[in-house]
Amino acid sequence: MTDSPSDNSHSVATETIRRSLARRYRQERHFRRWALSAVLAAASVVTLLFASIISNGYSAFQQTYIRLTIYFDPALISTPDSDPAADIPRVLITGDYQGLIKQSLRTRFPGIGKPREKRDLYALISPGAAYLIRDMLMERPDLVGSSKVLWVPADDDVDMLIKGHIRRDVREDERRLTDHQLAWIDQLISEGALKKRFNGAFFVHGDSRDPELAGIRGAAMGSLFTLGITLALSFPIGVAAAIYLEAFAPQNRWTDLIEVNINNLAAVPSIVFGLLGLAVFINFFGMPRSSPLVGGLVLTLMTLPTIIIASRAALKSVPPSIREAALAIGASPMQAMFHHSLPLAMPGMLTGSIIGMAQAMGESAPLLMIGMVAFVADIPQNLSDPSTVLPVQIYLWADSPERAFVERTSAAIMVLLGFLITMNGLAVVLRRRFERRW
Amino acid sequence: MNTLSEDLLISRRIGLSISTEDLDAAEVAETNRDTVGDYTVFDPKITARDVNVFYGTKQAICGVNLDLGNYEVLAMIGPSGCGKSTFLRCLNRMNDTIAECRVSGKIHLDGENIYHQNIDEVLLRARVGMVFQKPNPFPKSIFENVAYGPRLHGMTRDIGTLWDIVESSLRKAALWDEVKDILEQPGTSLSGGQQQRLCIARAISINPEVILMDEPCSALDPISTAKIEQLIDELREHYSIAIVTHSMQQAARVSQRTAYFHLGDLIEVGATNQIFSDPLHPLTEAYISGRFG
Repeated sequence: MTDSPSDNSHSVATETIRRSLARRYRQERHFRRWALSAVLAAASVVTLLFASIISNGYSAFQQTYIRLTIYFDPALISTPDSDPAADIPRVLITGDYQGLIKQSLRTRFPGIGKPREKRDLYALISPGAAYLIRDMLMERPDLVGSSKVLWVPADDDVDMLIKGHIRRDVREDERRLTDHQLAWIDQLISEGALKKRFNGAFFVHGDSRDPELAGIRGAAMGSLFTLGITLALSFPIGVAAAIYLEAFAPQNRWTDLIEVNINNLAAVPSIVFGLLGLAVFINFFGMPRSSPLVGGLVLTLMTLPTIIIASRAALKSVPPSIREAALAIGASPMQAMFHHSLPLAMPGMLTGSIIGMAQAMGESAPLLMIGMVAFVADIPQNLSDPSTVLPVQIYLWADSPERAFVERTSAAIMVLLGFLITMNGLAVVLRRRFERRW
Repeated sequence: MNTLSEDLLISRRIGLSISTEDLDAAEVAETNRDTVGDYTVFDPKITARDVNVFYGTKQAICGVNLDLGNYEVLAMIGPSGCGKSTFLRCLNRMNDTIAECRVSGKIHLDGENIYHQNIDEVLLRARVGMVFQKPNPFPKSIFENVAYGPRLHGMTRDIGTLWDIVESSLRKAALWDEVKDILEQPGTSLSGGQQQRLCIARAISINPEVILMDEPCSALDPISTAKIEQLIDELREHYSIAIVTHSMQQAARVSQRTAYFHLGDLIEVGATNQIFSDPLHPLTEAYISGRFG
């Protein structure tokens, strides 16, 4: 420090700045710490979510099967021999396949006389097992009269016991399985005739009231069809609308009105679109109820504003100098758009569309209104077949009372998340490809 | 739509009333703003008569008459917001892309009114090329940048001919030696001066008759500027060139004729050495001597 007043004022100023610097750096450190903790909190919640879903749902990918030796008794199946005139599969449909399983179980556990005990015994096997045997026989009618060792799905209660969700140590009348049944199950386990195997049925079956038979295929196909329609309609229409509004539409009160409306539509609750679909597509145009066609149209309406807004923003972000350069060299406005502005805006448009599609994929409310909440056991084969979608299937299963549906709900959520991650991954790949072009 | 050059934006935002503070207000008001000097040339390529340009209700250009001769370089100078860029953009109808812009008057290219309804803008812009203030190469390869125009207009279907056009355009733009080995790299990876020469190569690739340059060197360093000025001098052999510039030295170096704009009026036009050595109009004299601008 010197006595010179100007030197003094300089050092005072420096000191002030130094003090404020410490404060500024402190604030910056605080901010960073907050930001980091926010990211960590978000990450841990996501981890928790995934952990809970996976720990609940992974067991659904396994299912308890029971090994039975089944004699395809011609007496219980009306064979071609007994009615040579009839069509073979038609005759086989009417066979008593439940009877075959019961016969096999009685042979397996001889000496059970009481009807009540018999009923308990039969209840070990899934009621759907009979249909599996029927399907097998219809494919190979020559098996009639022979014996075969088969793994048939166990009932969901047995499955839950094996997976540890039913406790053995409570009183018999508080348990879904009787002491007899427990004894039989233990006997089967000790003989190696009861095992958990990969649950392929979950991926190939449609919905069912029996959890052990219920599969995700129907909902997945429904989602696929619905989203296919949504993408095929909303992307081209949305991008075309954005291009028109951004580059060709005159700036007047009408286009202002349209713009306000688009922004408002983006904020309309999705169930309102469902009501619209019900009134217009189903009641007025008479399209089939519960179909992916109507679902896709409704989701298109819902997704369009998102895609239009994102596409317009992407087009706006393209420097106008590029467009001017193209016009100045003699490109028509449309050529300037399609050769230069559109390719540059494409990554942004794709991002917006993927966000819209992901939203549509997880949407259930509008689809409830158009009947896609119905119980549909068949796998939809085309766009007008009744079907449901993944989120609605999750809702339906979450609503079911059987314990085994709990894990299936989680498994369905995992399938839905898998779909979403695949879609987002695809979008990232597409975007990279478009970005690399220039 | 934000397609205005910065120049125009400034002029619209703050009105057309800047840059005259150093002059006495009375002096400016009393000054006769009729064009001084002969705006006609013996062998005109473009003739503009009584051109008025309006942005909405604001008049940016008032009754300008000006000719561009064959194989000459015409420089347009003047303070910011004087309308020189706007006038330039009238010559290839780039102003049409601005919604609220209105142009009246007659502009003839080889005796044909380019604002006649039968005139096709696309054809016009192919005949009257343009280079912008900020280098704006397409975000594509150097080759694609130059090949775009010829391909667009179907000038050749043969890839060999296309290569020839690209090479000769880049040679004319004095860029070939620097980029001949990196034609596949994006045009945006070049330096500012190279980018601007690439834009010039792109403009001449379709062999236009006139080239309009809107402050082509304002974003460049002195070395790049020197290269481009030399290039303009060479290009004069094949093209008629109108150039807007803020640099009076540049105007003096590259042009044969100079036009001085002030607040939307064409104040004075004449041979470049006469304008700079012996300006007739007091406003021109004030601008040249650096009293404002």
